[in-house]
Amino acid sequence: MFRSSFARALAALLFVVLIGALFNADGAFFRWDTHRDMLRHISVFAILACGMTLVIITAGIDLSVGSVVGFSAVLFSILSLQKAWSPWLAIPACLTAGFLCGLTSGSLVARFRVQPFIATLAMMVFARGLAKWVSGGKKISTAVLQPDGTYKYAEAPPVFDALNAKILAENIAVVTLIFLACVLLCWVILSKMRWGRHLYAVGGNEEASRLSGVPVSAAKLFAYGTSGLFAAVAGICQAAQELQGDPEAGATYELTAIAIVVIGGTSLMGGRGSIGLTFVGAMTIGYLEKILSINAVGEASRLMLTGAIIVGAVLFQMARKR
Amino acid sequence: MPGHDVILSMKSIGKSFSGVPVLDGVSFDLRRGEIHVLAGENGAGKTTLIKILSGAHAEYQGNIFLEGKKIRFRSPQEATSLGISAIHQDLALVDSMRVLDNLFLGREKTRSRLWMDFRSQKARAREILEPLGISLDLEVPLSEYPISVRQMVEVAKALASKVRILIMDEPTSALSETEADRLFSLILRLKQQGCAIIYISHRLEEIFRIADRITILRDGRAVGTVRAEALSPEELIRWMVGREIRQQFPDRRAQLGEERLRLEEFYIPDPSGKKSYVVEDVSLRLRAGEILGLAGLRGSGKSELLNGLFGSYGKNVKGSVSLDKKPFRVLSPRHSIDKGMALQTNDRKGTGMIPGLSVAWNITLPSLKSISPLGWVKERQEESMARRQVQEFNIKISSPSQEAGTLSGGNQQKLVLAKWLQTRPRVLLLDEPTLGVDVGSKHEIYHLMNSLTAKGLAILLVTSELPELLAMSDRLLVLHRGRVQAEISREEATQEKVIRAAMGEGNVEREKRWT
Repeated sequence: MFRSSFARALAALLFVVLIGALFNADGAFFRWDTHRDMLRHISVFAILACGMTLVIITAGIDLSVGSVVGFSAVLFSILSLQKAWSPWLAIPACLTAGFLCGLTSGSLVARFRVQPFIATLAMMVFARGLAKWVSGGKKISTAVLQPDGTYKYAEAPPVFDALNAKILAENIAVVTLIFLACVLLCWVILSKMRWGRHLYAVGGNEEASRLSGVPVSAAKLFAYGTSGLFAAVAGICQAAQELQGDPEAGATYELTAIAIVVIGGTSLMGGRGSIGLTFVGAMTIGYLEKILSINAVGEASRLMLTGAIIVGAVLFQMARKR
Repeated sequence: MPGHDVILSMKSIGKSFSGVPVLDGVSFDLRRGEIHVLAGENGAGKTTLIKILSGAHAEYQGNIFLEGKKIRFRSPQEATSLGISAIHQDLALVDSMRVLDNLFLGREKTRSRLWMDFRSQKARAREILEPLGISLDLEVPLSEYPISVRQMVEVAKALASKVRILIMDEPTSALSETEADRLFSLILRLKQQGCAIIYISHRLEEIFRIADRITILRDGRAVGTVRAEALSPEELIRWMVGREIRQQFPDRRAQLGEERLRLEEFYIPDPSGKKSYVVEDVSLRLRAGEILGLAGLRGSGKSELLNGLFGSYGKNVKGSVSLDKKPFRVLSPRHSIDKGMALQTNDRKGTGMIPGLSVAWNITLPSLKSISPLGWVKERQEESMARRQVQEFNIKISSPSQEAGTLSGGNQQKLVLAKWLQTRPRVLLLDEPTLGVDVGSKHEIYHLMNSLTAKGLAILLVTSELPELLAMSDRLLVLHRGRVQAEISREEATQEKVIRAAMGEGNVEREKRWT
């Protein structure tokens, strides 16, 4: 039983869902709304986890994604709300900014051989600074200060509503679709393309890969660049959901993203794992939080329980190796 | 047997992994002060047997008696506390710690169980090292010493815990001939002190050099135990393999073709960044169908020559290289692969393969471009490529998606060769192709080298096993301190000549150049 990591990840998810069915908060768990909201809530984290999966497969880590979320949320808000850029310009600009953040940490890791933890820790601090610098330390919102000292909320541009909408008769959130698109993209890269193969090879044995002609530096740049790009995607979604760009947005999100990847069963040692595992991991964490919140478990207990359950799930994943 | 002092006996040991028997009714006894060799092919069950003995496998059938008392270990710590220590191929040492700390790793000497007692550790360390004739700076991090010294530290560490039975699993696989000699004299000294030694090796000369008795395992059963003098190498091979291998090495008749590779005044700077050369002024020619053997001691630059030529150290080399009579620039491994070179490194787990990936993915890794137009991997082509290589190289796997790291040593080595020959190389650089490989697989690799060269491949061969080098090379180049010391034809080559040249003797012309 549970021979593959995927079967184990599914089993952990099933276990959590069963708990939900048991503690269903007077049937709330059996309504689609609950599931839709869970998916909507977990999407931003799960998008980060997709990029994180690529990086972790190369035996790296990306601590900067939370700060890049904040930076791109602020940047997107400034461009859309204050400068009134068209989303066709604002979105690519933010994606480019996130991609460049990722490339910077990637080149520190690949070219200058800085340890991934340290390179991305530096980028985490730096990108948070960037977010505060471009925003002047204030939240960027649609609020306009009136002469009488009150705020008036202007209409947000349609792109905010579009990204924050629920479609198909309000049955699924747009951000969830974006998350699913990221999963699909990563799946194609990891299991169908040469680049993906190179990521696994580099994570499995960097020196052997290099001697086999694998472009090691390019593979790492690709992983960190994609992670930065996805962080910018997540930041734009975050801004749309909050209707503002908060320079503090995304703090500690990197840890949730790592937890999702790890709970799925992708090894932090590199070379093993898949995006399917990360998807299941995202569902597991998503349901866990949802179940705790519909049962009105207080925040303190919720955090402690989440911590304990992450450990439990990871131990369960590891049990395979005797 | 009367007169013999049996210290350990294992009776009808059996062990299976997920229903597959690995050991079946193996009995084995060990006498005080003897060197007992365990011989057998990869997968015969040697490693499992010693893992049971050293406490690493707690579940097994049968009984173990230590000096007549029945024992059953549940952990390696229990085995060590009774004086049974195992030295595995991967040394259990912490390179960043001092030599002293390593000697007492896990058994630190303390005062009041709390404070480190470095003074008595040092005193004890000297007590252990002096009779062994090893002088080491105890305060220096272990990483400053070469692998051969680290291995001796591992032996000394076992002695620090008052070892009665020492188990050594292929201890010489990373050592040069002279280093191995030092290890052997150390082993003999331990033997004289009454320590019993279980020794695993694939090297025949080594086995006959030190063994008192030999127990042969085949397919999980003990074929028999004999005194070493009563056995000839041919018999030993036959017992191990279970079939007749008439000669240790196949006949070799080379058909030489056009010039394939030419080096002129080739220099390789020290890859560790020191301002010196590891290979200096080497010129050589290699023709199609030829195997050119490179001989030399550890540090002679033979392995570095292969790596430098392949581009492992980057483009920072000097001298001219031509491949197929066209100028060749050393740039990177990728460039060398594309131009028709392949390098099988001397460390398959470290640099040769990716243990966590599947057999198929390992095989196709350097050739991925040819089956992934525009970056999309054609899975069917990949699968058939992998299956073809697995069949051609006779790699024993359950499926191409099996993890490469789970294969036995011989199959891993064949996997590495299969991966490189898939790139259709014109020059193959082989660095220790039979390291840690069983007799049967060795034989297959020799035949492979013959059939590949018959098809026109040119091979540069580095191996620390002299008989292998002499039997397989059409010509020999002996390196000494990075320079060519002698060139010896196949007909003239003897072990003695090669060793003398490797130690720097002979060749008047060279000596003139040095002064």
